[in-house]
Amino acid sequence: MASQKRIAKELADCTTNPPAGMSISLANDSDVHKWHVVLDGPPDSVYAGGKFGIIVSLPSEYPFKAPVVTFATRIYHPNITNDSLGNICLSILKPENWKPASRLLAVLEAVRALLIEPQPDDPLEGRIADEYRRERKEFEKNAKTYVTRYAKGPVKFDVLAAAAAAAPASNTSS
Amino acid sequence: MDSDDDFMSPVSSEDDILPDDSDNDDMSGAEDFDFDDEPDPDLGMSKDFERKKKVAYDISFKVFQPTDIQRQQDELVNEVNMILDISKEEAAILLRHFRWNKERLIEDYMDRPHQVLEAAGLAQTAARLPRLETIPGFVCDICCEDEEGLQSFAIKCGHRYCVDCYRQYLFQKIREEGEAARIQCPSDGCNLIIDARSLDLLVTADLADRYHELLTRTYVEDKDCLKWCPAPDCQNAIECGVKKKDLDKVVPTVSCLCGHRFCFGCILNDHQPAPCELVKKWLKKCADDSETANWISANTKECPKCNSTIEKNGGCNHMTCRKCKHEFCWMCMGLWSEHGTSWYSCNRFEEKSGTDARDAQAKSRVSLERYLHYYNRYANHEQSARLDKNIYIKTEQKMVQLQKESGMSWIEVQYLNAASQALQTCRQTLMWTYAFAFYLARNNLTEIFEDNQKDLEMAVEALSGMFEKPVSELSNVKVEMLDKTSYCNKRRVILLEDTAQNLAEGLWTFNVELTGAAAPSGPSARR
Ligand SMILES: [Zn+2]
Ligand SMILES: [Zn+2]
Ligand SMILES: [Zn+2]
Ligand SMILES: [Zn+2]
Ligand SMILES: [Zn+2]
Ligand SMILES: [Zn+2]
Repeated sequence: MASQKRIAKELADCTTNPPAGMSISLANDSDVHKWHVVLDGPPDSVYAGGKFGIIVSLPSEYPFKAPVVTFATRIYHPNITNDSLGNICLSILKPENWKPASRLLAVLEAVRALLIEPQPDDPLEGRIADEYRRERKEFEKNAKTYVTRYAKGPVKFDVLAAAAAAAPASNTSS
Repeated sequence: MDSDDDFMSPVSSEDDILPDDSDNDDMSGAEDFDFDDEPDPDLGMSKDFERKKKVAYDISFKVFQPTDIQRQQDELVNEVNMILDISKEEAAILLRHFRWNKERLIEDYMDRPHQVLEAAGLAQTAARLPRLETIPGFVCDICCEDEEGLQSFAIKCGHRYCVDCYRQYLFQKIREEGEAARIQCPSDGCNLIIDARSLDLLVTADLADRYHELLTRTYVEDKDCLKWCPAPDCQNAIECGVKKKDLDKVVPTVSCLCGHRFCFGCILNDHQPAPCELVKKWLKKCADDSETANWISANTKECPKCNSTIEKNGGCNHMTCRKCKHEFCWMCMGLWSEHGTSWYSCNRFEEKSGTDARDAQAKSRVSLERYLHYYNRYANHEQSARLDKNIYIKTEQKMVQLQKESGMSWIEVQYLNAASQALQTCRQTLMWTYAFAFYLARNNLTEIFEDNQKDLEMAVEALSGMFEKPVSELSNVKVEMLDKTSYCNKRRVILLEDTAQNLAEGLWTFNVELTGAAAPSGPSARR
């Protein structure tokens, strides 16, 4: 498959010269389509001090189809679902915006930027978005509570969540 | 809702569907629609009312076939190509960018050509024919291939990728995402649109066909006055000037050449006389109460007199128990003999006097009864239309027999066809009169409406009853059936006319708040 060379190159770039506050590895060495990313909560953000597991699944049509990005670590954020799925709303990943020349590096940087500056106008969690807009103090308190509760200690890439997120990238080899 | 599309008949009532007759053959000469303009706000209605003195519920519309749609686009492209002195590809991209509003495009382009080209994804660089190139030392940024002799391609922006990647990208966009008019350069952040000529150079013939098909569709989808006929496999589009904001004043039923009759406002099957917003509310209510619905749409009931099970297999609501010969009405289970008289009130929900509905429980019971009254009749007509049709299909086979036995010609047995069509159309209307009546407040107008409804219903039941006669007797009732058929059609016209008139004048009082947000937004759903 033509995408192998591209993925290998991106992986090499990301591991030798990882983006700020991230470490990247393969979920399992034989499958380049599933990446595990550990993201340090950006300093100056409410997520500072936490470590967040992010699963990046590359569909077999990658890079012609966008990767699927999910949070394995629970996080309190307007644009990330407040559940074990950890779905994230990123404009670069939408079909109308994704370009085959777009890089995973840019995706990961966009995720990090979203933690620094949430986008309450395009929320996945309407209630959290409202709170972010209207009661910032309350939001910050809740977000920090989540960090303490879920984002301390070694990052776990939950087996169930990982399996669900990886589904679109199945049956890829050769 | 029944989605069976020949539920509505093409020939149902020639006198009430009038696709523009004379100028139907050529759109370019049509004088009542300046196609290039956004139509005037109330063009669809008032102008036509004055001009043709059509019945109040009739709206003007046109049916366009695929060749018409293609020709209209070509004409616009040619015009812009000449006026602005740009290539046809660019003209097409600009027109699509401006949602086919030629005037606005030309005006804006004259004012500030660079911004317009930029915004439409047509950056200005040296124009030359697109071609594949082999460049030494080229590395494709998508697949990271760098082998000798790798063929590559770039549109005007110069972002160059290998041909394989380009093809796969286009395949993904066209085949998987159904995109055509707005496929951009594969480069991250470059919004330059890939033009049709570049595309034709790159993809296989069948993918190019699909691309052009999708392009054609944007023309219809981008224009508020055009909608696809929702019938499966129908390629036609309908043009109609009725706007979303008019939908509380008019129920814009249109009729495609394929025979499908649907509402231009919400794309559902014809739902006159009920306006779109009430239809939406009604369907939602029915879906929410689907349990009751299942209970009601059952095909069997018990005879109110002897309790033996009676199955309904025709559309007629005049039931006769096989066992005890009791004659009753399927809808209200009352005596049929009372239905032929002047005090027939099967269609009307009698509100119980206020005294016995004081507490909340009694009130909710009354409101459920009220809903069931209307739902029952609504669902019944829907079901009856289906059953009438089944009977007709059987009859049709026997018509051949009748021709032989009675010596009648094929033309002569067509009265059965006309009767069947009338039944379908009238029941479709009756069905929606009950949804409509559910939302009507009690007043004089409502009484008149119910009288009209009753007249139509009685006529329909009488015709439906004739239809169930054995084939051998059918030829004896020919004249009677012809009369009833035209009477039914006439009653339907009267009811629709009356309702539409009051709707246009805002005279109805509804028991719900209408917000004017009935029509679905977004592109019309299709296939
Ligand atoms: Zn390539
Ligand atoms: Zn480009
Ligand atoms: Zn059609
Ligand atoms: Zn409608
Ligand atoms: Zn009986
Ligand atoms: Zn009755």
